[in-house]
Amino acid sequence: MLSGALIVVLSFAYVGMLFAIAYYGDKRADAGRSIIANPYIYTLSLAVYCTSWTFYGSVGRAATSGIGFLPIYLGPTLMAALWWYVLLKMIRISKANRITSIADFIASRYGKSHVLGGLVTIIAVLGIVPYIALQLKAISVSFSTMLQYPNAVASTASLPFLQDNTFYIAMLLAAFTILFGTRHLDATERHEGLVAAIAFESIVKLVAFIAVGVFVTYGMFDGFGDVFAKAAAVPELNALLIQGGAAGNYTTWASLTVLSMLAIILLPRQFQVAVVENVNERHLNKAIWLFPLYLFAINIFVLPIALGGLMHFPAGSVDADTFVLTLPMSEQKTWLALLAFVGGLSAATGMVIVETIALSTMVCNDLVMPILLRWKFLRLTESRDLSGLLLGIRRSAIVVVLVLGYGYFYLAGEAYALVSIGLISFTAVAQFAPAMIGGLFWKGGTRLGALCGLSAGFLVWLYSLLLPSFAKSGWLPITFLTEGIMGFDLLKPQQLFGLDGLDDISHCLFWSMIVNVGCYVGFSLWRQPTAAEHSQANLFVDVFRHVAPGSGSRFWRGSATVADLQTLLSRFIGPERANEAFAAYARSQGIPGIEQVTANAVLVHYVESQIAGAIGSASARDMVASVVVEEPLALDEVMAIIDEASQALAYSRQLEQKSRELEAATNELRGANQRLQELDRLKDDFISTVTHELRTPLTSIRAFSEILSDNPQLESEQRSKFLGIITRESERLTRLINQVLDLAKLESGAADWHPSEVDMREVLDDAVAALSQIYKERHITLDTRVPEYLPLVMADRDRITQVMLNLLSNAANFCDKENSRVSVALIAEFAVLRVEITDNGIGISAADQTVIFEKFRQVSDMSSGKPRGSGLGLAISREIIQHFGGRLWVESTPGTGAKFSFTLPLPRNNANFLAA
Amino acid sequence: MSATPSRVLIVEDEESILLSLEFLLGKEGYTVNTARDGALALRELQTQPPDLVLLDVMLPLIDGFELCRLIRENPELHATRIMLLTARGREAEIARGMALGADAYLTKPFSTRDLMDKVRGLLSGNGTRQPAS
Repeated sequence: MLSGALIVVLSFAYVGMLFAIAYYGDKRADAGRSIIANPYIYTLSLAVYCTSWTFYGSVGRAATSGIGFLPIYLGPTLMAALWWYVLLKMIRISKANRITSIADFIASRYGKSHVLGGLVTIIAVLGIVPYIALQLKAISVSFSTMLQYPNAVASTASLPFLQDNTFYIAMLLAAFTILFGTRHLDATERHEGLVAAIAFESIVKLVAFIAVGVFVTYGMFDGFGDVFAKAAAVPELNALLIQGGAAGNYTTWASLTVLSMLAIILLPRQFQVAVVENVNERHLNKAIWLFPLYLFAINIFVLPIALGGLMHFPAGSVDADTFVLTLPMSEQKTWLALLAFVGGLSAATGMVIVETIALSTMVCNDLVMPILLRWKFLRLTESRDLSGLLLGIRRSAIVVVLVLGYGYFYLAGEAYALVSIGLISFTAVAQFAPAMIGGLFWKGGTRLGALCGLSAGFLVWLYSLLLPSFAKSGWLPITFLTEGIMGFDLLKPQQLFGLDGLDDISHCLFWSMIVNVGCYVGFSLWRQPTAAEHSQANLFVDVFRHVAPGSGSRFWRGSATVADLQTLLSRFIGPERANEAFAAYARSQGIPGIEQVTANAVLVHYVESQIAGAIGSASARDMVASVVVEEPLALDEVMAIIDEASQALAYSRQLEQKSRELEAATNELRGANQRLQELDRLKDDFISTVTHELRTPLTSIRAFSEILSDNPQLESEQRSKFLGIITRESERLTRLINQVLDLAKLESGAADWHPSEVDMREVLDDAVAALSQIYKERHITLDTRVPEYLPLVMADRDRITQVMLNLLSNAANFCDKENSRVSVALIAEFAVLRVEITDNGIGISAADQTVIFEKFRQVSDMSSGKPRGSGLGLAISREIIQHFGGRLWVESTPGTGAKFSFTLPLPRNNANFLAA
Repeated sequence: MSATPSRVLIVEDEESILLSLEFLLGKEGYTVNTARDGALALRELQTQPPDLVLLDVMLPLIDGFELCRLIRENPELHATRIMLLTARGREAEIARGMALGADAYLTKPFSTRDLMDKVRGLLSGNGTRQPAS
């Protein structure tokens, strides 16, 4: 038996620890050394999503519907994949506009509308207060369950509230929230201590749940396999494990997944931790995968605990929602049971704290302040300092929200209306989705559309989900459900217009989304947006493009004095903080002191956003308007500003374009310069090579001339041999000079061409005749293959003969010494005439096949000595063939010979075949 | 101990230049060997270490510079003198040849008298070859 006192002390000690952590976190933040400025704390704070509904409820749900508990965690996991765009956009917008809550966000998006902000607040309060009640109930049930220790029987008796520890816990949480949630006025100043405490709670609940899971899975059973195997043997339990069986149909899965996808960004507490408390956008990057990992971790043991509980306890004797507690209890594991209790407590308190803060901000800024400021008899607009009043309102709102939550819990107790409130709350906040997501991505959404969509969706939700839950609790006649309103069958709240066969949630989601989206889009398209709506739409949808702070000020024109603005700001956030804010503004604008600050659009916007942090964007706008002589902008003026901006954008694009062109031109120049340098280098190489080629024959000529002159007594045979060498080398020199000049002429285009119709057979005959002596001397067999009919080509006969001679003498030079054979073929093809000259020499390696066409690049063959020739023949030949539009190339396999081919184009009118 | 005529290796791929060098050195009484490319020259160097190598720079297979380096790396050829014959005559090439250990250079076309003076100069230190001990 555990004493009640121990459990009470433990609970209070736990909450006390939260105070300590929050206090430490705040102190560190004040000292400028934040403990929450890292993605891990951010992710853990997001895990406030997992409430006691997760901690206890998942097991309960799994015990009745198997894996049917999963969609609630699948949705956020899917949504996390979109965070980098959707959530990032929300954060960026909220930071730029000092947005403090989801009501503020939606109100601000649609032209800073009081009515919208108020409506969102009302929906949120109505939807969420019962959810808070559910958390309090979880604390209460877990408390009374622990009192029964070690009997695992849940007690359902409720106590008068003054004896109910839950009430005191609720008040303690109110104190905590007031202390750490409303230290300052500006809600965009984050609550670092509070976030640290929430992150700590996320660790506690995860550790506690996993501890119980490990105990059940490995202590009471023999691992996952054992649990599932034993469960599969029980027919009722086996049904839980099959999708489509007890787990619900696909419609339910789909709608629950969609609901939870929306909930993870639209629940006020999620907006609070994910957007308002976000320290650094980049933390999102890690949270995108860490948060789903957290969800995964906290869900691993849900099924084993559910199945273990069902197998352990006699059917129906213990509420499955309490398995996390009762399983350790029945095994007499006192400390584990206490840990589980604290885990459940942390899950519940975390949710309550953050949700209360979010709701109280909304109630204050979007509900109470707008009304108070309108009541002229209060003369609030003239009051000197409103900061005390604002804090008072927030603190009262916190107490009221918690008292409401407790009251609902106290009254509803075991009623259906409380048990199923989790999903009902989700469906309520899902109504924000069209206005919210539409507002992020569609500039056409208007205030009227958002208002109509939200109201319609809310009414459907009220009628088809909330009121039926009241009926099921017995607070409304059950005929409301069975017969519809006033007996109209079509109006049966959970079979609207005869739509049957869906579960309650899917049914409500279906109808509410149809009317919500329908009204939102329909009414948005019906009326043109006003100027204010238009400018806000631009700021929100294009937030990634408007990067400069104060960019909203472009849509404003008017005049004001600095003193007025400063007085105004100090009324809402106190003179001291107002001074600080002005000093910060001066620094950001690069102005030395507050005295030098001038009243311009940027300053007005700055002051407005500062006030928005305290009282919401809609009221802030009214307040600023009271001290600023504003010239309202007509829609066409706003459009003109946007046009101007887009012209500026177009201009900067043109500049960009120009600079790109300039860069391209620079690159081109650089390339041209490189080519010039390359050409210069080639020219140097060429000269150097020509020099070498000239020096070589000159060397021989000079050497032998000197030998002959110094040795007059030489034998006549030797004498004539040396003279012969001198003559040959002189000829070589002459040839070389001629070829160099020839090539230079060809390359510069200065060569004279004498084109005429040429019969290639005659060219071949001439060349063969000129070389017949050499071929005979070297015993080279020459085969010619000439077709009977051959078209004429248009070319310079002498030049083509020069090519033919060059190729034939090359073939002779490179031919195999023994058994030499050169064959020539003339082939008429469709559009070209091809000449092939094939030898059976040593061949040319693949690497050399391109090199040989370069100037002075001969392939020297070692075994047969250095080839004769200037090394210019092929370069010249290629120039000639290319001049007539043909190609000259070589194919060769080293060792078996080479085949040089060239083509010459045939005239279009290819009728000039000559008879052989 | 009778003086053995100095041994000269001519490495030159241009037939007519080789012929003229062979004639000039042979007339002077040197024992002349020839090689038409770097690979043949290497073989020649290994079989009969010469007192002087006349080395054309632009050679097939292994060029004159590389051959020069190989000769200087071989301790057995430490006494061998090297004269480079170059047809390009660029300062940079000459400097490179000297850096690799050549003893003299001559730019083509050369005067036969200059050539013979240089050859005699290079061989005067050991105008006659000492038989290997």
